[in-house]
Amino acid sequence: MHLLNIKDLTFLHCGPISLRVKATEITGLSGASGSGKSLFLRALADLEVHEGNVILDDLNQQSITAHLWRQKVALLSAETSWWFDTVAEHFEELSEDDLAALGFNKDCMQWSIARLSSGEKQRLGLLRLLQNEPDVLLLDEPTANLDKHNTRLFEEFVKLYLKEKSACAIWVGHDLEQLKRVSVNRYVLREGEMSNVD
Amino acid sequence: MLIELSVFDLALAAILVLLLGVLSASMKLGITRQLYIAAARTTVQLLLVGLVLKSLFASTSITFILLISVIMISVAGWEILSRQKRKLKGWWGFGVSTGSLFVSSFLITLLCLFTVIQADPWYSPQYAIPLLGMLLGNTMTGIALGMDRLLQNAWQQRPVIEQRLMLGQTADESIADIRREAMRAGMIPIINSMAAAGLVSLPGMMTGQILAGAAPVEAVKYQILIMFMITSGTGLGVISVLWLISKRLFDERERLCFKQLLK
Repeated sequence: MHLLNIKDLTFLHCGPISLRVKATEITGLSGASGSGKSLFLRALADLEVHEGNVILDDLNQQSITAHLWRQKVALLSAETSWWFDTVAEHFEELSEDDLAALGFNKDCMQWSIARLSSGEKQRLGLLRLLQNEPDVLLLDEPTANLDKHNTRLFEEFVKLYLKEKSACAIWVGHDLEQLKRVSVNRYVLREGEMSNVD
Repeated sequence: MLIELSVFDLALAAILVLLLGVLSASMKLGITRQLYIAAARTTVQLLLVGLVLKSLFASTSITFILLISVIMISVAGWEILSRQKRKLKGWWGFGVSTGSLFVSSFLITLLCLFTVIQADPWYSPQYAIPLLGMLLGNTMTGIALGMDRLLQNAWQQRPVIEQRLMLGQTADESIADIRREAMRAGMIPIINSMAAAGLVSLPGMMTGQILAGAAPVEAVKYQILIMFMITSGTGLGVISVLWLISKRLFDERERLCFKQLLK
């Protein structure tokens, strides 16, 4: 059972923010563009300079090397980047079940990156990230480019993963309907302060 | 048997450079200014050094020769920085480029003077200065190319580097491909020279010696020595630059951080 404990986190003009995210739960976060949602996730993944404490179970973010932390606390950015020519080169192994659960068949492994749509990149980006089996998922507008059907597949897939690994997630998005559907707590980031909404 | 060049001969060659500049300007390739400045510099600098070379070689003061070396390295370091599209921060950048030149050229020249040439005294300027000059001239090119490629690619591929960090890769892993590319870019000129030597190009120093009456085999041996020194010097220089810069590209928490590197 994993627990992400955020204590007095400050970055840029935001904070202090305190938040607890429990195992198998998704915390929803919305806010206007430029309100600092993405920066917040980046700070949690230690990709952005920040103050305050981020603790996973008993493990303080600053007590282990940054790359190990990012394997545990994994950020899926709104736009994923790909550097090899084909999909397969970005994966060590990938089960057909996982691919099918997100609406792909195994042929997609041979696809060239250049022909991927932004929605395909987001779904494959999730699979790529989950190879590290992270304890915390930080999802930055992960379904912004997906149609209704694939959005549902994505949501179910994330929920299933959290349940299987006792992991937890923070889901940043603009679609309040969706956030109500997937999350147990919802917050909004406004003028650097985070407040509960419902 | 040396055929003397007239002012007209030089003017003809100068006109070619001039035309190249005009062509580049009309195609908006943006190299004209740099080209003209470099052409003017080569003329003035070579004329001046040609005038003092004899008295320079006559000198036997070690302090004087060290001073000349320091000037040569500083100028080469400065030139490396001037060739960069992404400008490095002042003193740090200068330190990296001159430091790598020190390793790649100065130390290798010393090694060669002590173990191979063994002139008396070891700092005899007619060996030390041209040797250092040849090494600096060549390693400078390699280092400038490698550095430029590293900085340009790292800048353009920021999203990829960050993505790799998000996937839990170390700073080293996230930049490995870019570093490999930069190493290749830095080494291509000298690898080309070695591969083409004798078949495509006749190295200037060797040709000069033979024309001046030296035994061909002796001239060839010198040339091979120089080539190997340039190669190892360039390799060492590029490696140290890539190592220093890619370390500096990340902060202590393995975040990509151009702030501490670029102007």
